[in-house]
Amino acid sequence: MWSRRSCRYRPDASGLEELRARRREQESALRKARRQQQLVSKRLLREDSLVNGDGQAGVEIGSEPLSEQEILQLLRDVQRGTEERKKLLSRLRQGLQHKETQQKFVRLEGSMWVLIGLFTSSLANVQMEAARCLHELSHSSDPAVAEACLPATSYLLTYLSGHSVEFTELCLYTLGNLAVESDAVRKQLLPQGIIPALASCIQSPHVAVQEGLGYVLSQLLQAREAPTKIIPLVLDSVLPQHMLRLVSSNPELGMGVAVEFAWCLHYIVCSHVNNSLLISQGMVSTLVLVLLELASMISKAATEGLELLICPVLRCLSNLLAEDETEGCKVQIQDDRLLVALFLFMQYFLQQHPFLVQECLWLLNNLTADEPIFCSAVLTLDLLPALLQLLSCSRMVTLLALTVLCNIAEKGPAYCHQLHQKAVLPSLLSTLALSDAQVVGQSLELLHLLFLHLPEAADDFLSQAGLQALEQHQDNPQLQERVRALSETYLQPAAASLISCAGASAAVLPSS
Amino acid sequence: MLLPPELSVSLCVERPVLPVRPRTPPRAPFCFSPSRLRFHRQHEFFEDGDIHRHLYLQDILTNVTEVTERSKVSEFCCHIVGCCQVFDTLEGYEHHYNALHRNMCSFCKRSFPSVHLLDTHILEWHDSLFQIMAEKQNMYQCLVEGCAEKFKSSKDRKDHLVKVHLYPSDFRFDKPKKAKSSTKHSKPPSKLDVSMPMDVNVETYEQSQVDSMEICPSESMENPTQPVSGPISSLQEKKLYKSRIPSTICFGQGASRGFKSMKKKV
Repeated sequence: MWSRRSCRYRPDASGLEELRARRREQESALRKARRQQQLVSKRLLREDSLVNGDGQAGVEIGSEPLSEQEILQLLRDVQRGTEERKKLLSRLRQGLQHKETQQKFVRLEGSMWVLIGLFTSSLANVQMEAARCLHELSHSSDPAVAEACLPATSYLLTYLSGHSVEFTELCLYTLGNLAVESDAVRKQLLPQGIIPALASCIQSPHVAVQEGLGYVLSQLLQAREAPTKIIPLVLDSVLPQHMLRLVSSNPELGMGVAVEFAWCLHYIVCSHVNNSLLISQGMVSTLVLVLLELASMISKAATEGLELLICPVLRCLSNLLAEDETEGCKVQIQDDRLLVALFLFMQYFLQQHPFLVQECLWLLNNLTADEPIFCSAVLTLDLLPALLQLLSCSRMVTLLALTVLCNIAEKGPAYCHQLHQKAVLPSLLSTLALSDAQVVGQSLELLHLLFLHLPEAADDFLSQAGLQALEQHQDNPQLQERVRALSETYLQPAAASLISCAGASAAVLPSS
Repeated sequence: MLLPPELSVSLCVERPVLPVRPRTPPRAPFCFSPSRLRFHRQHEFFEDGDIHRHLYLQDILTNVTEVTERSKVSEFCCHIVGCCQVFDTLEGYEHHYNALHRNMCSFCKRSFPSVHLLDTHILEWHDSLFQIMAEKQNMYQCLVEGCAEKFKSSKDRKDHLVKVHLYPSDFRFDKPKKAKSSTKHSKPPSKLDVSMPMDVNVETYEQSQVDSMEICPSESMENPTQPVSGPISSLQEKKLYKSRIPSTICFGQGASRGFKSMKKKV
């Protein structure tokens, strides 16, 4: 699996702060890109690179940019074979780690043609080194550079059916980088048969090849036109069955592969092209088993990067559960071990990767919406305290947790009784103190369900200063109707009966 | 988080389900009804997780699993007759073998990247029955995996490859039978001598191997007339390349070895 690069550069305190600042910058750039629907990342396969102080992809020691003259000379020498070709290409490759050199290279007429000639050579190490040069070019942030690699794609695809693991892997990552570059590139890759080529290649037993293939596929599937142009082709092929197989392959052997294909499946499922096909291929039960497996791994030992696999699998299941039942494929899950798995994930990731909590709650909502089994299990497995704790987290988490509680309460008096017994009211009072209208609104819905099925809850609510908690929202246009309905339907009658009860008992007591 | 202490997925106990009241529609002004939520790919709900995924893609440089595989062994030679390249890693040998020997046509010694291309080549170049059948029906199969089209002639197939599959018109693995390596791509003159056959490595190797199997090997072939400076005519260079044995081939004792042992591998 790809792991965080081993940092050879040991930053001092200020360097560390700089790294963090860079990381925040990186993150906000990614967020901005996603909001513009331009979230694109590339991968670089390069050995022994140093990390620069700014945490960017470093370059090898001694590698310097090349001038146009130097590039020309290198290429001429390679053509003539005056020096050992591999050495010459190595020098070129090192130069190509620099953007200026990349740009100069592609502007030189004939340069790509020479490189492709070397790339298609049957001299193995020349071919390998040329492939590395191509790979550096594919990773360029300059679109013109990456697009200059277009003439190589038919060969990259041809070589996918080869047997050299390292070479095939390199071709795959190069293709993955190119695929994400632009519409133009994909418009060429698809007719050139990239999907059938990948469908053959996916049967390779080599982990490195599988992971590279997962990467290419995930890049293709993120394309804007994927739902109409790419996903139908993928669904038509043998790829889905293999992807499912590789996602559920033993995670201890190599999580990297499973991670890539899990994201591929997520991109397919969330595009809602033909999820019933995937359901018919057994995706739901397979993914449930994957989550159970991962949950048992969590309790044993800490494994880095688990959230990268759990996240897309959760998303697939949640979306598959939400598939339109009018299409005749309403999904039912009945295994309540899944519930335990979700809570274990939430506990584990609450501090480090809070985004995963909301993903778990989404699945929890979809499970508890219609299945009493899960609602019941939350209560009988004593998971309610944990759920209530989530009411003090982020807005989305609070909202989803409240929705889950509503799902449970809606099931009827037996459920409300348990909720009430296990102290849901105090937590609700805290959420009523929040300012967010949607959160408060959902709390009101929950209160309504509780009072509806369990009249005595209204009494307890009153005695905990509930009315006052409600009154602060009575002027909010989004909430006032519901506040009034609760007051009039449940709380005022309850207050009245309390008073009359008090009056009645006062009559019994001896007057002082 | 306050989870019960013994909570584990391996607990598999049948638990009774609490009784459910039949669902009724919500009473106004309340609107809640349980429903399964569905999010589409661009939904902002996915933002945090997507960012995390992309940070993972961007943060890494080395493939950890690959590095551990590359163990060194003591130097050994390729065991194919006539090829004495030397290796000190299994991966290096594997790549060499796959690039040069695995899919090699035993008739004309050309190497191909895949079994599929090799089979197509043998059928079209070396099978006399093929030629006969090709007169009556479309026999030239499209080279792209997954495309079942067949064509009357090699040229028709090439046109199809270029038009439909957007292949380059000089695709290296679709050479028509008659063409020699000298008929080259007409490219505009540039700083690089692009009229020179760029498949120098492949073709000349094949040629040399075929030629020099018959001709006496060794130094006499190392053509000393190496033009080093000044512009050289492309024709002269082509001759040079045709007869010169690439330094990777050796034919026994006395000839210089090919690549030096490849130390610092990839």
